[in-house]
Parts: sequence; structure tokens; C-alpha cells
Amino acid sequence: MTLSHRKTLRLRPLTTALLTASLLGAGGQALAQEDPIKVGILHSLSGTMAISETVLKDTVEMLVAKQNEEGGLLGRQLEAVVVDPASNWPLFAERARELLAQHEVDVVFGNWTSVSRKAVLPVFEELNGLLFYPVQYEGEESSENVFYTGAAPNQQAIPAVNYLHDQVGVERWVLAGTDYVYPRTTNRILEAYLQEEFGVAEEDILVNYTPFGHSDWQNIVAEIRRFGSEGKKTAVVSTINGDANVPFYRELANQGIDAADIPVVAFSVGEQELTGIDTGPLVGHLAAWNYFMSVDTDANYDFIDAWIEWTGDEEAVTNDPMEAHYIGFNMWAEAVRKAGTTEVDAVKDAIIGVAVPNLTGGYAAMMPNHHITKPVLIGEVQDNGQFDIVWQTPSTVVGDAWSDYLPGSRDLIADWRAPMRCGNYNVASGSCGGSTAAEEAEAALAE
Amino acid sequence: MRRLLFFWLLSLLAVPLGAQAQPSADDDSAAIALLEALDVGSFADKAAGIEAIVQSDDERARGWLQALLDGRLQRADDGRFVVVLDNRGRDWPVEDALTGEPLGEMSRRDLDRIGINNALRNQLRSAIAVVDLYAPDLTLRRASAERLLGEVDADLAGPLAEVIEGEEDARVRQRLSQALAIHRLEQGEVAAVADLEGSLHPRVRVALARAASGDDPVLVDAARSALNGIEQMIKVNRAAETLYFGLSLGSVLVLAAIGLAITFGVMGVINMAHGELIMLGAYTTWAMQQLLPGQPGLALVLSVPAGFLVAALAGIAIERGVIQFLKGRPLETLLATFGISLILQQLVRTVISPQNRTVVSPEWMSGSIAINDALSLTLNRMVVIGFALAVFAGLMLIMRRTRLGLEVRAVTQNRAMARSMGIRATRVDILTFALGSGVAGLAGVALSQLTNVGPNLGQNYIIDSFMVVVFGGVGNLWGTLVAGLSLGVINQVLEPWAGAVLAKIIVLVFIILFIQKRPRGLFPQKGRAAEG
Repeated sequence: MTLSHRKTLRLRPLTTALLTASLLGAGGQALAQEDPIKVGILHSLSGTMAISETVLKDTVEMLVAKQNEEGGLLGRQLEAVVVDPASNWPLFAERARELLAQHEVDVVFGNWTSVSRKAVLPVFEELNGLLFYPVQYEGEESSENVFYTGAAPNQQAIPAVNYLHDQVGVERWVLAGTDYVYPRTTNRILEAYLQEEFGVAEEDILVNYTPFGHSDWQNIVAEIRRFGSEGKKTAVVSTINGDANVPFYRELANQGIDAADIPVVAFSVGEQELTGIDTGPLVGHLAAWNYFMSVDTDANYDFIDAWIEWTGDEEAVTNDPMEAHYIGFNMWAEAVRKAGTTEVDAVKDAIIGVAVPNLTGGYAAMMPNHHITKPVLIGEVQDNGQFDIVWQTPSTVVGDAWSDYLPGSRDLIADWRAPMRCGNYNVASGSCGGSTAAEEAEAALAE
Repeated sequence: MRRLLFFWLLSLLAVPLGAQAQPSADDDSAAIALLEALDVGSFADKAAGIEAIVQSDDERARGWLQALLDGRLQRADDGRFVVVLDNRGRDWPVEDALTGEPLGEMSRRDLDRIGINNALRNQLRSAIAVVDLYAPDLTLRRASAERLLGEVDADLAGPLAEVIEGEEDARVRQRLSQALAIHRLEQGEVAAVADLEGSLHPRVRVALARAASGDDPVLVDAARSALNGIEQMIKVNRAAETLYFGLSLGSVLVLAAIGLAITFGVMGVINMAHGELIMLGAYTTWAMQQLLPGQPGLALVLSVPAGFLVAALAGIAIERGVIQFLKGRPLETLLATFGISLILQQLVRTVISPQNRTVVSPEWMSGSIAINDALSLTLNRMVVIGFALAVFAGLMLIMRRTRLGLEVRAVTQNRAMARSMGIRATRVDILTFALGSGVAGLAGVALSQLTNVGPNLGQNYIIDSFMVVVFGGVGNLWGTLVAGLSLGVINQVLEPWAGAVLAKIIVLVFIILFIQKRPRGLFPQKGRAAEG
């Protein structure tokens, strides 16, 4: 039963291709033009991650509607196909298969957590789909079928740490995170970076992990307070993810930890997350992103107005992953225009080098390693739940798929252009897939 | 660049015009120059601008510094400096920074904030603290003294000594002399150690530790012995703090579990939707705050009865709709109530929102009470501890002293016998389940102050609740109290050295082993009732 089911699924793209070919041959061009271009949306609308992912679904729907108003793409209308993977990682893979094999979508925008991305990766590679992934992540990956429009560690974590060290004069570091792959890998990179670049001693780094949805922060916050009152300037680098942040910041405020004494720089706290907190006591705590809602550009104000109109909510906020989808969608549209088709392989080749405006007044370009160029902004929390930008990189930063600070990935690069076409080319050995960086990273995590 | 030029032209135009309109333009152009020095690109230049304002004798200086600190000092597109009164929404009410007269509302597109960073924030706070040293308001002086600890330099030392002489408030005087003593210590004065002895403030400790690693052997000895005394006291305080954390976590566990101790413990119903009843209580608090905007405290107090009622009614619906038909079939009850819990979660997602809701903490539940410099107890936790004990006492009273309690105990111990004595067992079932559910609602009201109010709230507490009830001994309210509090304390004692993840695992393993040894929990029920 299962076997035959699989077989039909696998055969399907082939038969469709044959069918389309014969149709085209029989002068079915007009018919094909009637068909809408299908845009798949793979975001959880229920379960734990619904909190963050629902707005991303709305964003893509808004972008599709806007594109249709402007006449669609290649003279065809766009149609959004929404599925709900329900914050359930294995279900992500099933829904991805459904989108690609059953609905035969031309492109997919989706995923939030790294674990869900890892779950759909084999599906996209097997069925040759296109995935635009909009969230900052731990790096150490470059797939032929995935475009990473969120930040790699060198576009968020490293510049943030540089800012704290150079501008704020931080000497002691607390690396606090949720216990899963993104914080653990990021913190490993940061630990190596701090020790190598700034010569930070081991006793000046405190690493702490908490489970998803942790709500009792008393002890950890008290420990941070003690760690930070030893006379050296201390900062907390937080990779705490999801709604655990609300009780964490509440506890910080209640225990009277002031941003001017011990600033907390967060990589997963944006405008959306702050809507759940009274930000009065948090003024001055930091976040590092590639976009803030408070960015003072006309493109951004237009985007916000469009978003408020789309949601019908005067108080609606925008955030970084939404901008990533905005960029990703426009890049894909541009690549389709350039290629003259939505065919996956053609779009994949066409998109490298495509540059589209971002919302911060610059341009984002797709690089050969399937990561994009982004400016890095450091913002301080304001009492109205917004961030005030206090520092930004002078130019955009190119996303680095493989970190230079992990022993296993130091020599790796990704380049999906011909003739290399490799996601993990080892410069030292001169071969593709010559390293076991991923396994090494996982083994190191397991220890 | 172009904008700078524009402003320059504008100022050329504005100055003669202003001079004609206002006789005091001389005075104001100096003030404008002061503010203009803040509207510059680099934070270093802004720091100089702040210093200039501090040095100026303008009486509006403190207001400007405070507005700058709060991020409310902004510049309109026409070059005027304004103070934003409320920065929510898209149009903000503003007033003129120079004259203080209201200017109506301005769009946020037309306003440019004069941004500051944490370094400037520190500078501003210290500057304001120095100004506030002479403030007539005692709370301002206290805050100022608190702030200046560890920040006294040679310039400030002289005036500070005079201020201490003239200060009436003992606390301010003590703080300021400590602040001065830290400065003297840094200058190598051994006598300063005596002034700092016994202070638990971290800044004092840092100053002493620095002195203890210095060159002067006399000073090093004095600092070291003072430090030793302080470390001893800090150890005691840390133990007290851990105990408080444990009790606070424990009280949350007790609150979450005590409703279950009635429905599961006393009635024997495995109610997997218990967590969602907690969630309903939390959402009631949110709804109350929406109904009473601007009065979070009152809304919270009213949520206590409202949360109880909402959850109790939901409990009655569940009991009448599902559980009564599944009496004596625990597996089916478990599955059915699990289904109900999923339905309730999705209902909240569809009807309200999948996003978390903001529940505001009232003023009297924010911040902490400082017992001493090393120990402060957070207020929201303290209220929750008190609330948990009150709920427990209330429940004990109902179960022990009221007719309902008597009937509940009778029905659960021997249903047939109770019925033949004329007790309406069905009615008792409904009331008991309503009571247990209502208490879950109360837990939700309290939890809304500690954690996220969202559709997943209940899921996070259901396992813990069952754990506490089973550990404490099914059917025993005292057991639930003791089990909840002790699990909380064990968890918090373990957490610093094992980490949050491992601490949870250790506690879980401990309970599993304990249940192997004593399957009926800490306080097993005795007598014939326990046999059935």
C-alpha cells in the first residue's frame, strides 16, 4: 500500500512533464498561460510556532495579492497554496511533499525553526523544489534547493558581539539560549570567536541552556546578576527562542537588571515578540537584526502601511523575517522574469546575482552560496515596543554559509554556479563534500 | 548633507523672524544652540552636547535631560524641538521643548528622534542624579544617592561631602558616605574600609576586591578582612534567595495542581483538559483587562472571582457533556478529556488569536522589595505565594468545614452508602468538578502574571500538575501542598549546578524512583477508602 503510493508520487512529476510537453507541442501555449503560477506557503498556523509563523503566511499572501494587482508574472496570475504543518516537524516533510507533488507549486515560502527546515530538506532535494527560508539560523548548510533570506551567524551574531566589545566595552559574556540546534551552534561559534578574537578567558564566559517554553527564570536571572556584578562590564547574548522570552524579560525587569548595567542582546526577539511584554522596564536592551520596523525609509513606511491595511489592525507590527520574505519574494519574481519561466532549474540559475531593494534603503543581492547580502542593525528597545537603531554596519554583509570559527567548516565554501555547483566545497582538499563538518558539528553537540 | 544645508538656511531665516516676534529670543537662541548640539550624528558629539547642557544654568536642563533619556526629545521636520508626550500609534501628541506649550499631534513620519545609546543613558542618569542631589523631593534624592554609588570622582567628592553634612535623611546620608568612601578607597585611604564594612552592595564588593588585589599591604589586609565578612553574609543571603525561589516555583506548582488534586485526587477523574481550564482563567484576566483599560490592578482583583466562575462553568459543561457518561472507564475519560483539551486550545486560537495576549502587571506587582543590598524579593512572586496559600486554606476550609466538603468525602469514599443516606451523588459530582475546575481558573489568573497567556499555557502545566498530585499522594490536599513546595525547592537548589534542563530531568527521575518505593505517594490515604 505504502509502496505503491510512493511510486505514484514519484512518477507524477515525470508524467506531468510529459503531458505538458505534449500540450506545448500541440499549441497549448494559450492554455498554459491561463494556468496560475502556484506559490506554496509552508508555515505553522497552529501549535507552538503559530505565534511567529502566522504573520509570515499573511505576509506572503499580501505579496501575492500585490503582485496580482500589478498584473501577475509573465502575464499569468499567482495563486497562494496554504498548508498547515501544525508546528509538527515530521508533518512539515509531509506537507512539503503535498505542496510539491500534489499541488505542483512553483515555489515555496516557509519554515521557521531549524529542525523543521532540516525535516523538509530531503523532500525539496528529491522533488527538486524551491524553498525560501526567511529566518536567521545557525549556518553550516547550503542546499541547492533552498534560498536563505534570513541572517547567517556572520550577519547577526558576530557583528552584535563586535558592537558590544568595541562600542560598549563588554568583557564578560553570558551566552543564554534555548536548548536546540540553533542556539547551541551559534553559541559554539561565538565562544570560539570570543576566545580567538578578543582573548576572553574561559571564566568570563557563562553558557546556559533552558528548555523550550521555560517560564521560571528566577535562578538564571539571579545568576546573571551575580555574574555581572564582579566589576567587569557584562552583557548577555540571548538566543532564547519563542515565548520563553516574555517571562525572561519580566524577571529581568523585576529583579531590576538595567540595560545600562547588563545589556541583553537578543537574536530572536523582534517587534512581534515584544507585543507580549510591557517594554517600559526593558528600555535599552538590545536586539541584532537586519531590519527593524522603526527604520526611517519611505519603502519601509509604505510596507508598514500596506501591512496595516492588509491585516486591518492599526497596531500591527512588522519584523525581520517578514522583510526576508519581502526580499525573497521579489527576488524570486525577478528571477522568473529574467528566466522567462517558473521552471525550477532555470529560476535557480537566474536568481544568483539578482538584486532587489530591501526595506532599509539598500539592495539585497543573492549570492552563489544561496545566501543574501544584508545590513546588520543593532537596536535598543524603546518603551513603545519598537527598536531604536544605535549602530549599523557601514555596508551590507554577505551571508557566510560555513562559519570560519568552527574547525569542521573552516575550509568549506558553497557555490551553486556552474561549473562548481557544490554546497560544501572543501578548499583545502579541493573536493566537493570533502568534509564531514555537519557530522562533526552534530557529534560536538551530542557530547 | 543637503538636510544640514536646509537647516542652516532655515536658521538664517528663523533667527531674525524670531527676534522680531519674541523679546526673549536671545535667551532662546542659546537654548536652541544647546539642543542643536544634541542633534548630531555621533554619540561622542552627543555626549559633549549633554555635558554642555549640564554646565549651562538653564532651569529647563533637567527636563531636557529626562526627555532625552526617555527618548521623547525629538525634532520635527520644520526644525523645532519637541517633547513627545505619548509615542503609541501613528500620530503622537507633542509639546514645544523650549516653551512647553502643547503643539497638538504630529505624525511619526515628520518627527526625528534624538537617539541615545546605553553609554549616553548612563551619562544622563548620572547627570540627573547630580542635579537631584539638591532636589527637595526625598525619593529623588534617594534614587540619586543610589545611583552615585561607585560613580564619585574627584570633582564630585568635594560638593558631596557638603551635601552629606546638610542631608537630613539617614538612608541618603549612609549611601552617600559609602559612595564617598569608595572614592576614598580608590585613592588608597585605609580608613575608608571601615565605612564600607558590612555593606552587601555589589559595587562596594567590587571596590574592596579591587583594593584587595592592590600593592599597599596595609590596605590589602584591611580590604581582605572586610571582604571575608561580606562573603559570609552573602552566602546566607544566597541561601535565603534560593529558598524564596523554590517556594515561589513551588507555589506555582501547588496552584496548578490543587484543582487537579480535587478532580483527580478526590473524584478519581483523569482530566487532561485541566491545563486548558487554567488557560481559561488566564484568558479571563486578559479579557478583564480589556474591559477595564488603564486599571490593571482592579481588573486583576476582579479576575479572581471571574476566572473561578468561567473555569467552573466550563468544568460543569465538561462534566455534564462528557465525563458523566464515562464513569469508571479511566482510559476513555483520559482520551475524551484529551480531545476536549485540543478543542479548547484550537477554539482559543480561532476565536481570539494564535498569538499570545498581553496581560499587564499592576504597579504593586512589579519590581521587588530590597531586604538588603544582596537580597531582594520580587513582588509578583510574593503575591503569588500568598495567593497560593490563601487558595489552599480556602479549599481546606471547604473540604473540612462545610456540608459540601462532607458530602464530597462521603460520595468518594462510598458512593452507594452515601446515596442511600440521601445524598444526591450526581449533584455532588457536578459541584466537586466545578470546584476543582474553578480552582484551576484561579491558577490561571495567577499564572497570567508570571508567564505567557497563550493557547499553549495549559499544556505546559498539565504534566507538572499530575506529577505533584501523584507525588503528594492521591486524594490528599496536604500532600499536594507539601509535594508542590518541596519539588519547587529541590528544583531551584539543583538548577544552579545542574542547569535548568538537567534539574528537571533529575526531579522527574527522583519522582519515578520514589513512586516505585511508595506507590501511593508522600501521604497515602489510609483506611477502607484507600482500598477501593
